[in-house]
Amino acid sequence: MSVMKRVSLIFRAKANKALDKMEDPRETLDYSYQQQVEMLTRVRRGVADVATSRKRVELQMNQLQKQVQTKENQARTALGQGREDLARAALEQKSSVATQLSGLQDQYRTLQDQEEKLTLASQRLQSKVDAFRTRKETIKATYTAAEAQTRINEAFSGISEEMGDIGLAIQRAEDKTAQMQARAGAIDELMASGALEDHVSGQQDYIQQELDRMGANSEIESELARLRGELPSSNQAPRQIESNGGGATAGGSAPGQQPGAGDGL
Amino acid sequence: MIVRILGEGQFEVDNAAAAQLDALDTELDAAVEAGDDAAFKSALTRSVEVVRAGGSPVPDDSLHPADIILPSSDADVAEVLKLLGEGQLSE
Repeated sequence: MSVMKRVSLIFRAKANKALDKMEDPRETLDYSYQQQVEMLTRVRRGVADVATSRKRVELQMNQLQKQVQTKENQARTALGQGREDLARAALEQKSSVATQLSGLQDQYRTLQDQEEKLTLASQRLQSKVDAFRTRKETIKATYTAAEAQTRINEAFSGISEEMGDIGLAIQRAEDKTAQMQARAGAIDELMASGALEDHVSGQQDYIQQELDRMGANSEIESELARLRGELPSSNQAPRQIESNGGGATAGGSAPGQQPGAGDGL
Repeated sequence: MIVRILGEGQFEVDNAAAAQLDALDTELDAAVEAGDDAAFKSALTRSVEVVRAGGSPVPDDSLHPADIILPSSDADVAEVLKLLGEGQLSE
């Protein structure tokens, strides 16, 4: 038999089995409604879980993005200092981080998709649950048990199909979230182990250490050059102070002008 | 005819679309029997397209059960077999 038909029969069979257990269908309407409300809570929790997972992946993506930039900067600095070996190593690391990043981006999209679908499913279920509540009150008020049967059958099959669909959607979302969490955990571990350097936590890689050392050396050189430059000019220092004093005198005449300005008023 | 796509809700489709789906359903069935994921995904993608393009969404507050149900657009053979198996075993 066809796939599409078989799937729909399976959903109906589940609803029918539940209906068969009911003595007076009207009595179980309330019980069914309660289950629907519970399902709504579960869907909303599912949406929240997926969102949390998505945010975690987002955070890691930002960290990896920063690392890609850092590696790029390191490569540029190293090349500027004539250290092609370091630049090459930095670019290799950049490429491995970029691979991780693109894997995370795929997962991010999957999670976004799940979140969107579950959000819509939750809205859909909310509408159906509201409709069911109205229908159940009408049925309870208007019909005898025998009359109610056929009316309940349809409403119950409809809501039961929606619940079955959403149950599967949540299951899928939970599986996906678990996979993401496992993967996110693995990346956290990689960062902690230093295989992926985490600059946020202050760990440094050998490329950075080497660049820092080279940077410190050139800073010392320029410091020395500056000090050397100051040596011959040290004789002129008193004269500079003198000229500053002259400036102060010139400035001292400024207040003298103020009364003149006042006279003008 | 009302068609549900799992994870997306119900759509009302016309007879022309229903006929297309019927043909695609045969393909789906053969793919599941053969365990051919590529053929399955191809037929499923086209089926979902027929419903999305030709169908109109059933109002959210409708309580009508669907006439046929399509697996999730990203489902594979293993998932469908599990779904069908669960149906036979469930209480």
